[in-house]
Amino acid sequence: MKIDHSLPLEYSTEENRLKILGFWIFLGAEIMLFGTLFASYFTLVDRIGSGPSGKEIFEITPVLIETIVLLTSSFTIGLGVHAMRIGRKKAMMSFFVITLLLGLVFLGVEIFEFIHYVHIGAGLQTSAFTAILLSTLGTHGLHVTFGLFWGLFILLQVKKRGLTPETANKSFIFSLYWHFLDVVWIFIFSFVYLKGMM
Amino acid sequence: MFIRKKYYMIVMLACDLYHLQKIVYMFLPSKNLERGIDLKRFGALLTLVFTIITVLTGCESLLVLDPKGPQAEVQANDIKMSIYIMSFIVLVVFGLLAYMLIKYRASKQGKDYEPPHIEGNIVVEAICVGIPILIVAFLSFMSVKSNYAVESTPKGYENKKPLVVYATSSNWKWHFSYPEENIETVNYLYIPTNRPIEFKLYSHGPITSFWIPQLGGQKYAMADMVTTLHLAADVPGEYMGRNANFSGKGFAENTFNVKAMPQDEFEDWVKEVKGTAKPLTEQKFNELLEPGHLGQLTFTGTHLGFLPPPEGENGGHNHGSHNAKMGTEKNEASESILESEHNHH
Amino acid sequence: MDFFDRFAIPHPSLAIYASMVAIVLTVIAIVVGLTYFKKWGYLWREWLTTVDHKRIGIMYLISALLMLFRGGVDALMMRAQLAVPENTLLDAQHYNEVFTTHGVVMILFMAMPFIMALMNFVVPLQIGARDVAFPRLNALSFWLFFFGAMLFNISFVVGGSPDAGWTSYFPLAGNEFSTSVGTNYYMIAIQIAGIGTLMTGINFITTILKMRAPGMTLMKMPMFTWSSLIANVIIVFAFPVLTVALAMGTLDRLFGTHFFTTNNGGMDMLWANLFWVWGHPEVYILILPAFGIYSEVISTFARRNLYGYKSMVASMVIISLLSFLVWVHHFFTMGQGALTNSIFSITTMAIAVPTGVKIFNWLFTLYKGKIEITTPMLYALLFIPLFTIGGVTGVMLGMSAADYQYHNTMFLVAHFHMVIIPGVVFAMLAGLTYYWPKMFGFMLNERIGKITAWTIGISTLVAFMPMFFTGLDGQARRMYTYSESTGFGPLNMVSFVGAIGLAIGFILLVYNVYYSIRYASRDISADPWDARTLEWATHSPVPEYNFAIVPHVKSEEALWDAKKKRHILFQGNYEKIHMPNNSGVPFIMGSIFFIWGFALVFSLWPLAIIATIGILACMAHRSMEIDHGRYISVKEIEETETKLRGAK
Repeated sequence: MKIDHSLPLEYSTEENRLKILGFWIFLGAEIMLFGTLFASYFTLVDRIGSGPSGKEIFEITPVLIETIVLLTSSFTIGLGVHAMRIGRKKAMMSFFVITLLLGLVFLGVEIFEFIHYVHIGAGLQTSAFTAILLSTLGTHGLHVTFGLFWGLFILLQVKKRGLTPETANKSFIFSLYWHFLDVVWIFIFSFVYLKGMM
Repeated sequence: MFIRKKYYMIVMLACDLYHLQKIVYMFLPSKNLERGIDLKRFGALLTLVFTIITVLTGCESLLVLDPKGPQAEVQANDIKMSIYIMSFIVLVVFGLLAYMLIKYRASKQGKDYEPPHIEGNIVVEAICVGIPILIVAFLSFMSVKSNYAVESTPKGYENKKPLVVYATSSNWKWHFSYPEENIETVNYLYIPTNRPIEFKLYSHGPITSFWIPQLGGQKYAMADMVTTLHLAADVPGEYMGRNANFSGKGFAENTFNVKAMPQDEFEDWVKEVKGTAKPLTEQKFNELLEPGHLGQLTFTGTHLGFLPPPEGENGGHNHGSHNAKMGTEKNEASESILESEHNHH
Repeated sequence: MDFFDRFAIPHPSLAIYASMVAIVLTVIAIVVGLTYFKKWGYLWREWLTTVDHKRIGIMYLISALLMLFRGGVDALMMRAQLAVPENTLLDAQHYNEVFTTHGVVMILFMAMPFIMALMNFVVPLQIGARDVAFPRLNALSFWLFFFGAMLFNISFVVGGSPDAGWTSYFPLAGNEFSTSVGTNYYMIAIQIAGIGTLMTGINFITTILKMRAPGMTLMKMPMFTWSSLIANVIIVFAFPVLTVALAMGTLDRLFGTHFFTTNNGGMDMLWANLFWVWGHPEVYILILPAFGIYSEVISTFARRNLYGYKSMVASMVIISLLSFLVWVHHFFTMGQGALTNSIFSITTMAIAVPTGVKIFNWLFTLYKGKIEITTPMLYALLFIPLFTIGGVTGVMLGMSAADYQYHNTMFLVAHFHMVIIPGVVFAMLAGLTYYWPKMFGFMLNERIGKITAWTIGISTLVAFMPMFFTGLDGQARRMYTYSESTGFGPLNMVSFVGAIGLAIGFILLVYNVYYSIRYASRDISADPWDARTLEWATHSPVPEYNFAIVPHVKSEEALWDAKKKRHILFQGNYEKIHMPNNSGVPFIMGSIFFIWGFALVFSLWPLAIIATIGILACMAHRSMEIDHGRYISVKEIEETETKLRGAK
């Protein structure tokens, strides 16, 4: 493989450039996926059947914790990629570890939130509203879960193989994914929770 | 008579095939055909197109093109007009294709002929875009006009009091409730002529589509929303009505008979029903809802009282499970809705 | 015993038992055959593990042809059932299953892989690339499609086929009204195949944007590559909508949620909307590459450059945008009111304008040409008039007030068959015949080919023209029977005759393949059609590295100008070529997806969890794997090139 040293490591080979473009296109598809979920959410939000409405079940505390944790993790992974660009493997790995830990906290709170919903009678089968709410949140949550495993595997590779064009490329793509999940969460926070609580 | 019309059409289609065959010969690599006169082939093609048009215009007797009410007439006129315009386009394309094929076949060109390199030509392309845009603009105008026509009380009927009929489907039947007359029928529909009919459609199951081709186009009946279809019959007679949207095993037989009659006859019929038919109880109605086919049935009273339609506060987004919906505690609410329906008219 | 009951066919018949026996016998025959001829290793090394875009293309092609016959048999059964009034060949339940599987198989498991076959085989060659951007992903795409299709097909013999129509409208497809596992198959099999398609979309956009030969700017790409690029952009934006809709449907059926039910707020109209937000662009995913094939074929055999290249590209871009803005025309009758219908009526008819531009451009490509009617050209020339009929009836359907009369009738069925068969199927047959020598190194017989084309062309007219009339006479679609008094009988009989004609046409196609394998000359040039684009500049059949030297392109008709204007395509010396390694993981992952899907269909949760872990393990393996590919040495290239040149 030809390595172009004038470019950052993650862009340095042709294969890497292809992968980054491909991943951007994948994110385009992901936008459509979440867009469809949001559109369905807005369609079904008032269709609560005999179940509760959003206003009755949303609570601000866990949502705020989730938001802060996820936003911070997006910031730390940015720092991680910066560290990678200046070639500091240790710093990069630390930031990635912090990111994954924050992701884990997010996931924990979200699981707690779900259990709470089911407890108060807003389960998956209650109404069209609860179904789309839990599906939208759940899809995001599954993405985060998947990201945790993916990030872990990348960390292991960076640790073992050092910063090579391949590992740098993987880490960079992972950071794109993680930022994307953050953006989706901002939409969920604003249009599902805040709008629902108002 | 009914069957004969079809044979006539098959004959016409066969004529088409005959012409097609002619065209087929044009392309087959056969020596004696090379001598054929170009104009003759072109003529054959033109005849083909005209035959198609004649066949199309000769099918006034097809149900949809034989309207018996104002809405169906709007639609039939749209259909015929669009067939004429489209035939013109088909003619142009066929003509151009035939011309190109006849004139520029390799066998007609010299051995050394090298086709030129031609980029687009702005004038030609402007015409190819411009004329279709004009046609589409015209059709759009017609389409929008007809949309508003079929979605409101039929033209010329605005001053007449509409008859409201709730037409609801269940697997695989049609229930017709006349709230003002307070009667209900199954699988047959009597309507007065020269009076607008306002159908309120919804379903007790899968999505169905209420369709009486000779009175007007169809509309869906769904579980969580009431749709409105405006029809009217100009001429007394019996018409075919059916569910047009696939709804499971019994779909093919999911039909009903429509009889349009003058207003006084209709009133006599209502009186007779009220005198003779049994009342529709909730238990009886639940039996009717069981999947299956039924003949024609008549009742006094309607099911709208104990099983309110999904509109207003009973709309899809508010009702809970089926059991709650079928419960009697909502009777009062539904009656008040029906009253407001009355006041409305 | 209850556990096993659900695998039984809920509504068995002789035909189903017969196919069970046939399937078992076929499997045994294949296994015995492979063992006897010691071909297991060959199959695994050369095909199941391949990442070569050409071989993947050929595997798509074989699957598509198999599915064509499966869907074709369905079609024959339907037409036979309706040929006479009150026929008892099929009962309502069987008829419902048959038209459902006919629709799904033909659209998703026949037309889609056929398009994928040609895209896979042709696009990298047309742009002068060695392979697609992500060869391993490409293999995975294929195996997901393949196992999705297989999963859908076993529904016929295990558990029962879906019976709610290919549109699978809820609540009919929901638990309330559909008790067999049939619709589970629909939801999950299409989901698996759909994920594969989405990945193909990503793969080909990247390939076309980044891997073109030096000098090939976007506006110098061959038209088929352009059409593929746009179709893949539509895939990336449309398929996620289907993913979500199918996931919701699956949740409704397996977990009792209330997305599309009749109670607790469920909304049947949401399914219809989501389905068609994907469904309408899907039509253009199929038709645009078909248009691309026609552009190549017509320009080759008119011996002229494609007329109006820029307007061709522009019209495809406009079609792709409009394709997302017309979905409501599939249910004008849902009661959304005159305003909404008017808007979507106008956008729908507007599509006729760019489509018309394309038709006229093809016609003007013939102008001053030197038209040679070969089999592919014959398909293209039959396409223009037949597709015009399909197209103009589409405009008629776009007039929403009139659509109240066409909707759900045979008129609609006639329309979309007159669009899809001439538009997509003819294009695929044209492409198949056109690219056959490039794929296999010999040509299909022209005489049999032309007879096939005429048979299929005329039969299409005979089969579908009568439906326009019965539709206007009140014959609704999807009716398994009708009474004699309706008078639909004679015209339906004509349709049946047309269907038999189509069957004969496709049998002739198979005979042609057989005949040509036996008798066709292997001594053909790399460019037997005297074509114009880059894929004909390399050997037939194509070596695994496609081009020994990367071509340099100066014009949109690279090969033609090399032949006529003496442009030099290949400069420089051989260099070692980097190629990706074969991998069995895509095949294994596809098989696990099959098990996963099967487990979900029958709610076998432990198995589903194990399969999910298996899928994740494959992904983990891929993440940790180090694979730098391999190099083909200059010596090997020289040997291959000498051998192939000698074969000419």
